[in-house]
Amino acid sequence: MSDLTYLVLVILVMTAATFLTRAVPFLLLHRRADHPLLIFLGRYTPPAIMTILVIYSLGSVDISQPPQGLPELIAALLTVTAHLLWRHALLSIFAGTAFYMYAVQSGLFL
Amino acid sequence: MSLTTAALRATLPVMFGYVPLGMAFGMLFQDLGFPWYFATLMGIFIFAGAAQFMSIGLLAAHAGLLEVAVSTLALNSRHIFFGLSVMSRYNCRGLKKLYLIFGLTDETYSLITGIPAQSHGRESDYYLAITALNQSYWVIGCTLGAMLGRMIEFDTRGMEFALTALFLVLLIEQWSKVRKPYPFVLAAVCGLGALLLFKEQMLLISIALSLVLLVLSRRRLETGG
Repeated sequence: MSDLTYLVLVILVMTAATFLTRAVPFLLLHRRADHPLLIFLGRYTPPAIMTILVIYSLGSVDISQPPQGLPELIAALLTVTAHLLWRHALLSIFAGTAFYMYAVQSGLFL
Repeated sequence: MSLTTAALRATLPVMFGYVPLGMAFGMLFQDLGFPWYFATLMGIFIFAGAAQFMSIGLLAAHAGLLEVAVSTLALNSRHIFFGLSVMSRYNCRGLKKLYLIFGLTDETYSLITGIPAQSHGRESDYYLAITALNQSYWVIGCTLGAMLGRMIEFDTRGMEFALTALFLVLLIEQWSKVRKPYPFVLAAVCGLGALLLFKEQMLLISIALSLVLLVLSRRRLETGG
C-alpha cells in the first residue's frame, strides 16, 4: 500500500467515524424529535455543555509554572466583565482575545 | 439585517478561533510530507478539530485502520449528546439536514443553541449559514497552514483564546435564558471532577455523566427546583 493510498483510507475512515458520532441520535430517534424527554434535554443540555467546554478549554493551563495562569484568568475576567456590562458578544470576545494575545506574545507576567 | 449578515456576525469569533487552529493543524500536517491539498480535503471531509490533530500522530505512527476508527469514535463520541439536544431544532429535511448533522462541531453547536435566530421562521437557513461559514473558516485555516508552512510571518500565538472567550460569552447567554443554577453547578462539579481524575477523556465523561444526572433530576427541574 502506497503512502497516499494509506492517507486516503485514513481520511475515509475518520470521515465515516466522525459523521457516525454526529448522526447516531438522528438515525435512532428520528421519529421521536418531539418527545418530552428530548425537549427537556434540548433545554438543559446546552447550559451544562457550555459550562464543561469552558472548564475544558481553561483546564490545560498549567498553574504550577509562571505565569501561573494569570493571562488566562485576566483575559477570562475581561471577557465576562465586558459581556455583563455591554452584552455585545463580539466586543467581549475581542477584548479578552486581544489582551490574551498581547500577554502571551509580550511575555507579560513572566 | 439579512440572514447572511447575521450569520457572519455570529460566526466571527469562530473565525478567530478556527483560522489559527486550522493553520496549526496544516503546519503539523505538512511536516508529514504529504501534498498540502490533503489538509484541505481533511478539513472538507472530516471537519473535526481534535480528531484531525489526533490524525497527525496516527499517520506518523502508521496506525492500523481499525485503531484509527476506534480512536476517532472515542474522541468524537461526545457529539452524540449534541445531536440529542438539537433534534427538535433540526427539523428540516434532505441534504440540508444531512449537512447540518455533518457539521455539528462544538462551536457550531454552541452558536446554534446559544444565539436566538434573528430570521423570520427560516431558522434552518440560519443554521445552515452558520455551519457552512464555520466550515469555510476551518478549511481556509487548514489550507493556509499546509501551504505556507513555516513561512508565516504574522504571529497568531494566543488567538485561539477566541474559542474560550466564545464559550464564556455563550455560558452567560445560557444563564440569562435558563436562570436555574442546577444544570450549571451540576456540570461544573462533573467537569472539574473529570478534569482532575481523567484528564484524557474529560469531555466525554463529564458530558455523559451530567446528562445522566440531569435526566435523573428531571422532575425536580421541571417543577421549578
